[in-house]
Amino acid sequence: MQAAAARVSALERISELLGSMRFAVSLLTVLSIASVIGAVVRQNEPANAYLNQFGQFWEPVFAQMGLYTVYGSSWFLAILAFLVLSTTLCIIRQSVPILREMRGFREHAREASLRLFARHASFVPTLPPGARRDAVTAYLAGAGFRFRIDEREDGVLIAAKQGAAGRIGYFLAHAAIVMICVGGLLDGNLPLALQIRLGGKVPTSGDQPVARIPASARLDQDTWSYHGNIYIPEGGSTDFAVLGAGDGVLLQSLPFRIALKRFRIDYYASGMPRRYASDLVITDSDSGESFERTIEVNKPLEYRGVTLFQSGFDDGGSILRFALRDLVPSKRPPHPLDGEVGARLPLAGMGYDYTLEITGFRPINVENVAPPGDAEPLGGFFGDARPQTGETLRNLGPVFTFKLRDAAGQAREFNNYMLPLDIEGRKYLVSGVRTSQAEAFHYLRIPLDGDTTDTWFAIRQIFFDPERHAALARRFTDRALDATDESALRDRLRETAENTLALFARGGLEAISDFIEKTAFTEHAATEEDRQRAGAAFIQILQGLVWDAWMSAREAAGQTALETSEGHAPFIRDTLLALADSLRYGAPLYLQLTDYKHRQATILQATRAPGKPLVYTGSLLLALGVFAMLYIRERRLFVLLKGDEALTAMSSNRKTIDADETFARHRAGLAAALGAASPDPEEST
Amino acid sequence: MKLASSPPSPAAPLAVQEPQKSAPPMPSVRAAWLKRRDFGDWFYALALLAAAGVAFLRYGEAMDAYDTAILALHVPILAALGWAWRPFRLFAAAVAVLALAGIWLYQGDPARAEQTFFLKYLLSSQTAIAWMSAFFFIATGAYWIGLLARSAFAGRTGSALTWAAAVMGAAGLFVRWYESYLLGPEIGHIPISNLYEVFVLFSLVTALLYLFYEGRYGTRKLGALALLVISVSVAFLLWYAFTRGAHQIQPLVPALQSYWMKIHVPANFVGYGGFALAAMAGIAYLPGVQKLFAGRLPTPEVLGDVMYKAIAIGFAFFTIATILGALWAAEAWGSYWSWDPKETFALIVWLNYAVWLHLRLTHGVRGTMLAWWAITGLLVTTFAFLGVNLFLSGLHSYGSL
Repeated sequence: MQAAAARVSALERISELLGSMRFAVSLLTVLSIASVIGAVVRQNEPANAYLNQFGQFWEPVFAQMGLYTVYGSSWFLAILAFLVLSTTLCIIRQSVPILREMRGFREHAREASLRLFARHASFVPTLPPGARRDAVTAYLAGAGFRFRIDEREDGVLIAAKQGAAGRIGYFLAHAAIVMICVGGLLDGNLPLALQIRLGGKVPTSGDQPVARIPASARLDQDTWSYHGNIYIPEGGSTDFAVLGAGDGVLLQSLPFRIALKRFRIDYYASGMPRRYASDLVITDSDSGESFERTIEVNKPLEYRGVTLFQSGFDDGGSILRFALRDLVPSKRPPHPLDGEVGARLPLAGMGYDYTLEITGFRPINVENVAPPGDAEPLGGFFGDARPQTGETLRNLGPVFTFKLRDAAGQAREFNNYMLPLDIEGRKYLVSGVRTSQAEAFHYLRIPLDGDTTDTWFAIRQIFFDPERHAALARRFTDRALDATDESALRDRLRETAENTLALFARGGLEAISDFIEKTAFTEHAATEEDRQRAGAAFIQILQGLVWDAWMSAREAAGQTALETSEGHAPFIRDTLLALADSLRYGAPLYLQLTDYKHRQATILQATRAPGKPLVYTGSLLLALGVFAMLYIRERRLFVLLKGDEALTAMSSNRKTIDADETFARHRAGLAAALGAASPDPEEST
Repeated sequence: MKLASSPPSPAAPLAVQEPQKSAPPMPSVRAAWLKRRDFGDWFYALALLAAAGVAFLRYGEAMDAYDTAILALHVPILAALGWAWRPFRLFAAAVAVLALAGIWLYQGDPARAEQTFFLKYLLSSQTAIAWMSAFFFIATGAYWIGLLARSAFAGRTGSALTWAAAVMGAAGLFVRWYESYLLGPEIGHIPISNLYEVFVLFSLVTALLYLFYEGRYGTRKLGALALLVISVSVAFLLWYAFTRGAHQIQPLVPALQSYWMKIHVPANFVGYGGFALAAMAGIAYLPGVQKLFAGRLPTPEVLGDVMYKAIAIGFAFFTIATILGALWAAEAWGSYWSWDPKETFALIVWLNYAVWLHLRLTHGVRGTMLAWWAITGLLVTTFAFLGVNLFLSGLHSYGSL
C-alpha cells in the first residue's frame, strides 16, 4: 500500500515538474540556445565543408552531436516533445481552476476580505435603501459588467465581473503552442526518418542515372510528409522528387507527372531578373487527365496534396559549339567541337589527355561594371530616389563554365565569355581560371586586333615555339639594326633576343625580373635605377619581338605588313601582358564559344505537409489567444450594501496603472448612482 | 484598442473623472462610448470614408478583391485608432495632405524631384526623409534639454518636433511609394523592401508608439531616452544611404513580389518599435539611472507600466508578424518554417518576450530584473533584425547590407 502511494506521489511530482513554469522556461531557454547553434552553424552542407571549417578533430564530434542537422536531430526533437508535454500538462492542471474562476462571481466574498483589497472605498448613499440595489445594478449593467447578487443577513453583495473571456486567451494560446509543435513535428524530418528506419529504405548516391536507383531508395506515394527537389529540362518530364537524406538521396514518387514546356525569366530594364516562371503540364497518374499551369515564385500550385514551388533554375542541356584553339605549339587551325552542358567529353581525339566537363551556361549575364570605389556623391541623397547604378549594369552576353580534368584527375575550372568585353575602351576576350572552388577566378584578357582574336593566338604560337625563336630573333635584329652595323653587335643582340624569348617562355615577366635580380648584377652592386633601366630594356626587346611575331604572322596569313606607329602600342602592350598571363592559364587549349542552342531547366520544390492545417489553425488561435490575454482585461467589482454604508472593491488580473484609473472611475460612478458624496480618497489607496 | 473605454484627456490623462451627475438608469457602455465622440471624431471618420470612396471610384477597376477588402478595412481601423487616440487624427490628416501634395506635384514626371521647388526642398521622398531625420535629431536635443534643465518648454518643443518628424517620415514613405511607380509600373512597390526603407519605418513606428504613451501617461520625461534609440536608427539609415546609396529605389526581386510583404513587414516593425521603447523605459527604470537623473525621469511605477504595455503590444504584433511570415514562407519557399537564421532568431526573440510576459503576469515579477531583461531583449532583437543579415546567410538575404 505504502509503495503504491509513494509511486503515485512520485508520478505526481514528475507531472508537477513537467507541467511547471520553471521547467517550461528552462526548456524554452535550451530551445533558444539550440536554435542559435543551428543558425550559426550552416545546416546541411557537404561533409568536406565542415571538415574545412572545424578540422579533423572536431568535425566528427560535431557530426555526432547532430550540429549539422540541428533541427532534425533527435535531441532537438526531444526538446520539442518535452515542450509539448509540458505545455499540455500545464493546460490540464490549470484548466479546472481557470474554468472555475471564469464561471464564478465570488459572490460569497466576505466583508473583511473586501476591506483588504488594494482598491476599495466606502461611502454613504443618500438614495433610499430600497432603490440602492437597482441603482447599483443599473450602473454595473451600463458599464458592461455581469453580476450576481448575494443576499445576506446584514445586507446584499453585488459581485460583478467583466473581461473573463481574457482567460480563454490562456487556453487558446497554450493549446496553439501544442498544435503548432505537433503539426510541425508531423511535417518535419521525423516521419521520413521513421520510414527509412522501419521501412528498410536506404538512401543512395545522387550521382547515378535514375534508372539504376534501386527500389530500396524509392518511396511510395504514401509518404507522410516530404520536401523534395524536382529538376526538369525544357521538353522533359518527371514523376518523382529527390529527397536529400544525409549524404545520399531518396526518390519520392509523385501522384502525377510534370512536364516542362518552357522556363522563362523576365527582366527589369536594368537587367535584374523580375520573374521566374515555369509553364508546366501536369498529368494525373491515376486518371490520366492533364492540365497546363504556370507557376512562379510566390505563386505555387497545389495538386493532390502536393504543393509545387518555383525554387530555382539551371541549364537543361544547352548545346554549345566551340572553336578549340591550341595553346601548345601547333599549326592546326581552330578545331570545331560540340558539347552539351552537363556532358563529359574526352579530348583524346584532339590529342589531349584531358576530359572536358561542361558545367554551366548562361546566355544573359548582367553584371555591375562600375569601377570599384566609385562613391556616390553626397548630394545624391537629397536629390531623388531614382537608382543611379542603372547605367553601370551591363549584359555581358553568354558565359559558360567548364572543367578540364587531366589524366591524374586534377581539374581546373574555367569561366569563359563568348563576347569580347569592353574594358577601359579596349576590347578583350576574357576567360577566368581557378584551381579550386574556394578561389576567385583569375582572368586572362586576350586583346582583340580589330574584331578578331586570331592575331593574338597566332603571335602566341610563334612566341612560345622554341623552334621558331631563332627566326624571330633574327627578324627582330634585322629590323632593329641598320645593315651597316657590325656583325658582332648583330650577333649579340640576336643572342639577347633569343635568350629573352627563352626566358619569357619559361616564366613570363617574373622570370625576366628574377634574371635581372640574380644574374645580371651579381658582380657589382646595382642601384634600383639600374634595375629599372634593365627591366625597361627587356620590355622594349619583348615588345619589339611581339611586333615582329605579329608581322610574321600576317605574312603567313597572306596579309600585308603594317607601318610601325604609336597607335599599335596599346595592342602590343596588351598582347605581351596576355602572353605572360597565358603561361599561368594552366590549360593546353582555349575554348572559344562560337554558337549555342539554349535549353533551360526548372528546379521545383515539391512538398507534402499534412500538418499544415493544424499549424495554421494553431497560429490563428495563438494570435487570438495572445490578444485576448493581453488586451481583454478582467475586472471584478464588488458592491456591498449594508446598513448606511456602501462598500466597493475592485480586483484586476493585471497590476497596471489604468486599473487604478478604472477603479477611480467606477468609484465615482457608483457614488453618483447612489447619490453619495465623493468618497474619501484616503480610504481607497 | 483597449483605450476605447477610457479616453485620456491630454491635460490630465490619469486624473479621476468628475462624478457623473446624471441620475440612473445609466446609458450602456456602447452608447456612452459613442456619446463621447466629438464633432472632430465624426468628421475624421467621414473623411476616411470619403477618401476610401474616392480611391475606390478612381482606382476600383485596377483593384482585385484583396485590394478592395484592404481598402475597406482601413476605414474602421484608422477610425478606431483616431478615436482612441485623438492626436492621431491630425497626424493622419497631415500625412495625407503632404503625401497627396507630393504626388500631385510630380505630375507623372520623376525628374520633377529636382526641378519643382516644393518637391526639391520639402516633399520628394528623399527630402521628406531628410527633414524627418533632422527633426528627430533636433527633437532628441530638445528632450534632453527639457530633461536636464527641467524645462517644460523644451519638452513641448521635443514633442512637436517628434510629431513633425513622424509626419515627414510617413509622408516621405507614401511619396516614395508613388515615386517607385514613376520609375516604371513593374518596378513600383511598397517602400518597405530594403534596410533603408524599413529603418525609416522603424523610426516612424517607434516615434508614434512613444508619442502615444507620452499622451497616455502625460509625461515627456521619457522622450530623451526614446528619441535616443530613434536617433541611432536615423544615424544608421543616413550612413547607409551615404555610403551605399541605399536610398535608391531598386526593383523587387521575385521572392519579395508578394502581398504578404505589405503586412508582414509593418507588423514586424510595430513589434521592433515596441521592444525598443520597452528597452528605453527599462534603462530609465534602472536604479542607477534613476539616481543619476534625480527625479527628472518618470517614476518606476510609470516606467514599469510603459515597459509592460510596450512589450505587450510589441509581442502581440510580433506574433502576428511571425505567423504572417510563416504563411508567406509557405508560399515563397515551399515550407512554412525552414529554420532559416532569420526565422530562428525571430523565434528566439518571441520566446524571450514570452518568458518576460510570463514572469510579469503569472509570477508577478517586478523590478530591476525585468528592466534588464527588456534591455537585453533589445540586443537580441537588434541581432535578429540586423545581425542576422550581417553575419549569417540565409533566405532573408535581400535585407543584407
